[in-house]
Amino acid sequence: MKYLRWLVIIPYFCLATLPLCWLFLTSLKTQEAAISPTASLIPSTAENTAPGSLSFSATLDAYRKLATPHTGKAHAFFHYLFNSVIIGLLSTLTSVVLGTGCAYGFSRFRIAGARDWLFFILSTRFLPPLAVVVPVLMMYRVFNLPNTHLGLILLYTAFNLSLAVWLMKGFIDEIPRAYEEAALVDGYSPLQAFYKIILPHSATGMAVTAVFCLISAWNEYGFALALNNAEAVTVPVYFAGLQGNIQGIPWPKIAAGVLIFVVPIAIFTVLVRNHLLRGVTFGTIKQ
Amino acid sequence: MPFLELQNLQKTYPDGTRAVRGIDLRVDKGEFIVLLGPSGCGKTTTLRMIAGLEDPTGGRITLDNQNVTHLPPSQRDVGFVFQFYALYPHMTVQKNIAFPLENIGTSPSEIEAAIDRVARALSIKTLLDQYPRQLSGGDQQRVSLARAMVRTPDIYLMDEPLGTLDAEHRLELRAFIRRQQLSLSITAIYVTHDQEEAMSLADRIVVMDGGKIRQIGSPSEIYTHPADLFVANFVGSPGMNLLSGQIVQNGDNLTFTRPDTDIHIPIRANIAPAQVVFGMRPEFIRPANRGIPGKVILSEYLGSHGYVHVDTPIGELVMRSTDRFATGEKIHLHMNETHIRLFDPDTETALV
Repeated sequence: MKYLRWLVIIPYFCLATLPLCWLFLTSLKTQEAAISPTASLIPSTAENTAPGSLSFSATLDAYRKLATPHTGKAHAFFHYLFNSVIIGLLSTLTSVVLGTGCAYGFSRFRIAGARDWLFFILSTRFLPPLAVVVPVLMMYRVFNLPNTHLGLILLYTAFNLSLAVWLMKGFIDEIPRAYEEAALVDGYSPLQAFYKIILPHSATGMAVTAVFCLISAWNEYGFALALNNAEAVTVPVYFAGLQGNIQGIPWPKIAAGVLIFVVPIAIFTVLVRNHLLRGVTFGTIKQ
Repeated sequence: MPFLELQNLQKTYPDGTRAVRGIDLRVDKGEFIVLLGPSGCGKTTTLRMIAGLEDPTGGRITLDNQNVTHLPPSQRDVGFVFQFYALYPHMTVQKNIAFPLENIGTSPSEIEAAIDRVARALSIKTLLDQYPRQLSGGDQQRVSLARAMVRTPDIYLMDEPLGTLDAEHRLELRAFIRRQQLSLSITAIYVTHDQEEAMSLADRIVVMDGGKIRQIGSPSEIYTHPADLFVANFVGSPGMNLLSGQIVQNGDNLTFTRPDTDIHIPIRANIAPAQVVFGMRPEFIRPANRGIPGKVILSEYLGSHGYVHVDTPIGELVMRSTDRFATGEKIHLHMNETHIRLFDPDTETALV
């Protein structure tokens, strides 16, 4: 059984990491090696590389070039990465905070028409987001929101909030009311009971919710493209814009940037993986 | 002036369920009151209203000369012990016990002294650094008691605190609670459906059913003089033998009898002939050479004593006995006439 498990895991691991490995190799290549018709797989020093061999001359040039603006672009890669970080983190934070508060209300208080409200919240995800690109753009023009960080933060928060509310409600429903009631009779106000008892217990749920919100905001492309052409351009839009450039597609540079873009999310997900697992199976195991 | 007073206390849930239908109760300082009743009788709802965890829909609660009817729990000085312990899982035992003191400006040294005091009393000193999930049910409930006791509140409210424990821990903790009550004369309201627990702990028992109080009295009053058929049947294990029949004039004497039998049980009460329900506890029936003839249909052996179910011409009777009988054995039964209880079959209340 144990070996059988590895027999499945190892091929799947290789398959899943293949694109990442290829990305990493490409980021070390020169433009010529990257577009060469013979695939070279082994990074090496310049002396050891013969034409047609599997080795190529490894260089960190692609990473260095990220710091300087690409032809036709106003800023260097890190400017756009910074946009992505700001927009991703702030929209995630807002979604989780609002989602937790809202879910607590739905979970603990009698709200007239609670089921209908919850369905309404979920229904905001029924429509493909891109279907509302034009109306959103028109509304945003009225409020001067296109080309701003705030615009994208608001938009991603709006999209992620329904998910955050539903996820967090599931988690908070699982926390026995007796804990809060114990805090109430122990002399604490409902608000104190919320942050002393509910918050520590919903940390897992908040981590899970944050991962989902962050990934969706981090990778979003359609709205980021439609609403921006200057100030708040995020990394996915920036890279898409590099294609079709007069110098040809700068593959090593894109690979280096994408790697820097992907790695933080991967690390973050790995760090909270235990919470994620617990989150997915939450409520199925009696504690 | 009673220490705690409930006046016409009511709770109707938004779905229309009337959990508590008007309760009047006066509790003196230092009294240990047990609310006893089957599940769904409103006893837990009553307790939660006293704590402030449920908002009453009618009536009034007065605690220590203050109207607390709609005050939040934090503004009443109550200690609550939950059935499922409700210890904070993310805090150690020590933190759990300290929690009620932490927001009322108690100094760290006072907190430490208070924890030491209750931990010693409940013999949980060795558990202070552990987390609730590492403890057995009995130990968790000790910690929960310690958390309620650390603040010395006006009144203790306990919601079936021993209900989920195994028999050994239950008896041990029951004895502990009773000792605490006797030595510190705490005021407590204790909810249970276990009549043995109620009998052993209570100064007064409040028997509840259907959201109403059926009877208030000392354990012996409740047991020997049940106010109605519900209490007669619910208190006591097994409950009182209850037979419906009538009182008839038999020469100079009144007797109880049933149709189609010539058995007459003398009644010495001052009562007019009428339809009644006749009641007698199993321990006041004993085997005899003469008396009511019957056949043993079931014999339950419980060690120190047993219960014998006997089929007689006036109906099936349960007798408490230290002797053992074989199923099918023919015996005669004698009833101790001074312990006869009579009830009105229509109002179900006690007649004498």
